Amino acid sequence: MKGRYFVLLLFFVLSVPFVHAGIEVREFPDARLEQRYHRLIGELRCLVCQNQSLADSNADLAEDLRDEVYAMLMAGKPDREIVAFLVARYGDFVLYRPPVKKTTLLLWLGPFAALLVAGWVLWRIGKARTPEPAAPLNEEEQQKVRKLLQQQNREEPGS
Amino acid sequence: MFKLKFILPLALFFALVILLAVGLRLNPREVPSPLVGRPAPAFTLPSLLKPEQSITPDIFQGRVSLFNVWASWCVACRQEHPYLMQLAREGVTLYGLDYKDTREAGLGWLDKLGNPYRQVLFDESGKAGIDWGVYGVPETFVIDKQGIIRYKHIGPITPKDWEEKIGPLVRYLEKQP
Repeated sequence: MKGRYFVLLLFFVLSVPFVHAGIEVREFPDARLEQRYHRLIGELRCLVCQNQSLADSNADLAEDLRDEVYAMLMAGKPDREIVAFLVARYGDFVLYRPPVKKTTLLLWLGPFAALLVAGWVLWRIGKARTPEPAAPLNEEEQQKVRKLLQQQNREEPGS
Repeated sequence: MFKLKFILPLALFFALVILLAVGLRLNPREVPSPLVGRPAPAFTLPSLLKPEQSITPDIFQGRVSLFNVWASWCVACRQEHPYLMQLAREGVTLYGLDYKDTREAGLGWLDKLGNPYRQVLFDESGKAGIDWGVYGVPETFVIDKQGIIRYKHIGPITPKDWEEKIGPLVRYLEKQP
């Protein structure tokens, strides 16, 4: 039994290096540059595996683009210029946060519009389910009620 | 009022079905290229067949051409290749870019399957590919007589693509000065 656990443990320990197989080891002169690098590749989208960022993707192209980003950072280019380099080649699609413009307006405002519509629908449903408060009884009706209650008490004295 | 209460959710449901159906039919791999309408990106690349010869975007001047990005490791390119051979026989000008490949493998491919290209550029590192916004071979650009990119096709060119989109565009551009 102990041997089996040991094999399992060995499997997990040995598989750790493969988790980061796609991410190269990079040398940075200072920590801020490294931070910028990780932030950039985390925000740029890989075009091959479209739901992964450049940082996550193992695709060949993602590796090349990470190289490009690294080389531009080391050359002292500002983030804005690096992002512009990729947008010029691949379009706004590479950005996980595309700029607000005519073609992306639906993307930016759509969720808020959906929220407004959902709120309106909920409000309507809530309104339909609230019963109208009953009108107060007039003198005649109150007398009738009293009479009925007295009658009932006489009929069921024990209860 | 009673009727609207039942029809409205049904109508919303169908609107959603239509929206999702359209979404499913779109090909998410087709990312519009920002290069369309711009001059071909600058490059100086060696020829695959003659390594000492360097090629620049000047090759695009004066004739309408297709710029086809391929690689020997690309399965879809193999599927596309016979049709490129046919287009070349029909007189279409094709330039090739062998993308992230080895020279031997690229040359072997052309030896075995035939060479439909007027010139083949060799991009071993894939840097020129990045400048062209290449993300999935095969990709084909339609380039006009001034060297301006007019259209980008992602994936293998099928006879249907040629007849419906690329062919008419090429014929139109050929009539332009």
